[in-house]
Amino acid sequence: MDLFEYQGKQYFARFDIPVSRGGAATTVDEAVKVADASGYPVVVKAQVQVGGRGKAGGIKLANNAEEARLHANNILGMDIKGHVVKCVWVENASDIDEEYYASFTLDRAAKKHLLMLSAQGGVEIEEVAEKDPDAIIKLHIDPVDGLSPAAALKAAVDAKIPAKAVDGVAKILVQLYRCFTEGDCDLAEINPLILKPTGEVHALDAKVTLDDNAAFRHPEWDEYRATEELDAREQLARTHGLQYIGLDGTVGIIANGAGLAMSTLDVVNQVGGTAANFLDIGGGANADVMAAALEVINFDEKVTSIFINIFGGITRGEEVAKGIVEALSRVTLKAPIVIRLDGTNAEEGRKILADAGIPESTLISKPTMLEAARAAVAISNGK
Amino acid sequence: MAIFVNKDTKVIVQGLTGGQGKYHGLRNQAYGTQVVGGVTPGKGGTDVEGIPVFNSVAEAVAATGADASFIAVPPKAASAAILEAAAAGIRFIVCITEGIPAQDEAKVFNTLVRDYPKTRLLGPNCPGIISPGKCNIGITAGEIAELPKAGKKNVGIVSRSGTLTYQALYELKQRGIGVSTCVGIGGDPVPGTNFIDCLREFQNDPETDAIIMIGEIGGSAEEEAAEFIKAHVTKPMSAYIAGVTAPAGKKMGHAGAIVSGGKGTAQGKMDALSAAGVKVGNNPTEAGDLMAEIIAALG
Repeated sequence: MDLFEYQGKQYFARFDIPVSRGGAATTVDEAVKVADASGYPVVVKAQVQVGGRGKAGGIKLANNAEEARLHANNILGMDIKGHVVKCVWVENASDIDEEYYASFTLDRAAKKHLLMLSAQGGVEIEEVAEKDPDAIIKLHIDPVDGLSPAAALKAAVDAKIPAKAVDGVAKILVQLYRCFTEGDCDLAEINPLILKPTGEVHALDAKVTLDDNAAFRHPEWDEYRATEELDAREQLARTHGLQYIGLDGTVGIIANGAGLAMSTLDVVNQVGGTAANFLDIGGGANADVMAAALEVINFDEKVTSIFINIFGGITRGEEVAKGIVEALSRVTLKAPIVIRLDGTNAEEGRKILADAGIPESTLISKPTMLEAARAAVAISNGK
Repeated sequence: MAIFVNKDTKVIVQGLTGGQGKYHGLRNQAYGTQVVGGVTPGKGGTDVEGIPVFNSVAEAVAATGADASFIAVPPKAASAAILEAAAAGIRFIVCITEGIPAQDEAKVFNTLVRDYPKTRLLGPNCPGIISPGKCNIGITAGEIAELPKAGKKNVGIVSRSGTLTYQALYELKQRGIGVSTCVGIGGDPVPGTNFIDCLREFQNDPETDAIIMIGEIGGSAEEEAAEFIKAHVTKPMSAYIAGVTAPAGKKMGHAGAIVSGGKGTAQGKMDALSAAGVKVGNNPTEAGDLMAEIIAALG
């Protein structure tokens, strides 16, 4: 789950990473109140999960309450690359002497944590990475050992952070690493990490991606869930606990396993169709899950055929079949189903479907993935 | 021959008394796998349909001589279960658990490398391993795996995706092509066993004549495998990469872009494998067709 900047800063604060004095606001009046409390000048920043918000006019400096009101009024409701601004973050404006870059991620190839640090931070960091890769140092950290203060200090020196800032940067690196590990982040990034004329180092931005698998040990994440940007189909899928991503096509997809679901999209595409969604019902899906999946697909107005592609391992064929039969008794599907069922207990599953007396206008069974894809696409395209 | 497991492999199931552990543990046994025990703390002394249950892996190993473990426990308990198995001397661990936090996985992997270098972890979040006719550990439906045939050419399978592992088995079965071993390495960020580990074993396995590899978008494991294939694999290969039309993954800030450096797309992976001499299909069926051509050419 990606956090908004203001949530990221609040998350950073839990780990004692210094951020600017400020607060989030969803109305103009609230924004002015936060601005008054933060101390002028303030920066009013649009909270959207898309890059380039500064260039789009989503970040403005205000020297007094009047300007804060004007900017908040302009920015709230603004459309930035399809993202409507529902919230602004207002914070005391910092004087900036220098801008650095720091992030922690998992390097999947090395199977170690990766620190990236650069003395050349700011909006052009990706350009720096391309044109002057040596300006970004990369340090692998063994997750068993963690990052020691001494190693953090050496990294800051190696990255050519100026002497006056190395101690401050090293301290923040240790705190950010704690946030990354104990806070179960996939990504913890500060860009820019700034040096103020007063000599203090602090996080001017926050980019945090949380590892959804760790949600069970972070009850405090519940509040972030509430603000996630999902479309109506995705909201419904979320309430059923399904892995769903909405797309623009007409063939509704239900598959078990992310790989098979992706492969199903590929095959539908190869035979001339377009997928309405990605939906992975996961391993061990039972009748309830299948019924919920069909409900979500049925909710999508654009769907004109449904392709259920199941290869059972943990998922058992008879459970899938029972789910379909049950779903058909609960909801009237707007589009016919084409199913391909194989693997664990597939024969039992096929028998349950055959014995249920479902008309062929509602459900067609095909023996292979390709044949099923062709049938689903033919129906969807009205052939 | 087969890789990692064979007919002599003795398996315990950590979580045998749970729903998944019992169901799949018994299925593995019914397939002919030597399932010699189960482990559930607090339930030692009981049994599951005649399979003795122990309180700890160490007790189970002492009593049964098990050398492999099948872990089917919830995400919260999985890391400790893996390390317990390694500490008890288990040399091959299959963990099917889905949803383990990435931080835990990274810590477990590096602990194994450091403290238990002789232990191999397969997974987590993987379907397991099957050497048809010899041993099946995990959740693969054994009946979809074609037995290897003496005097004929047999194929090794390695796959990152669970369900596509079954799909690959199924494609070969439909063509009557025998399978030496099929390994599902799982799609989690830190897999205990990767493509290269399996490719190296297949290259050295006299029973394996050709290899199918199934990858997917994200990360750079397929690109790294392609480099390895170019340098070390002489056996013919076909491959499929899932996700050509998948919705673009969420970009992980600047860090993601910097680390990946353009790697990770399905097309990039297909190109890398083609350049390494692998025949790449556009869907699992095509990869199966290409393998049939390879087998025919081998004679």
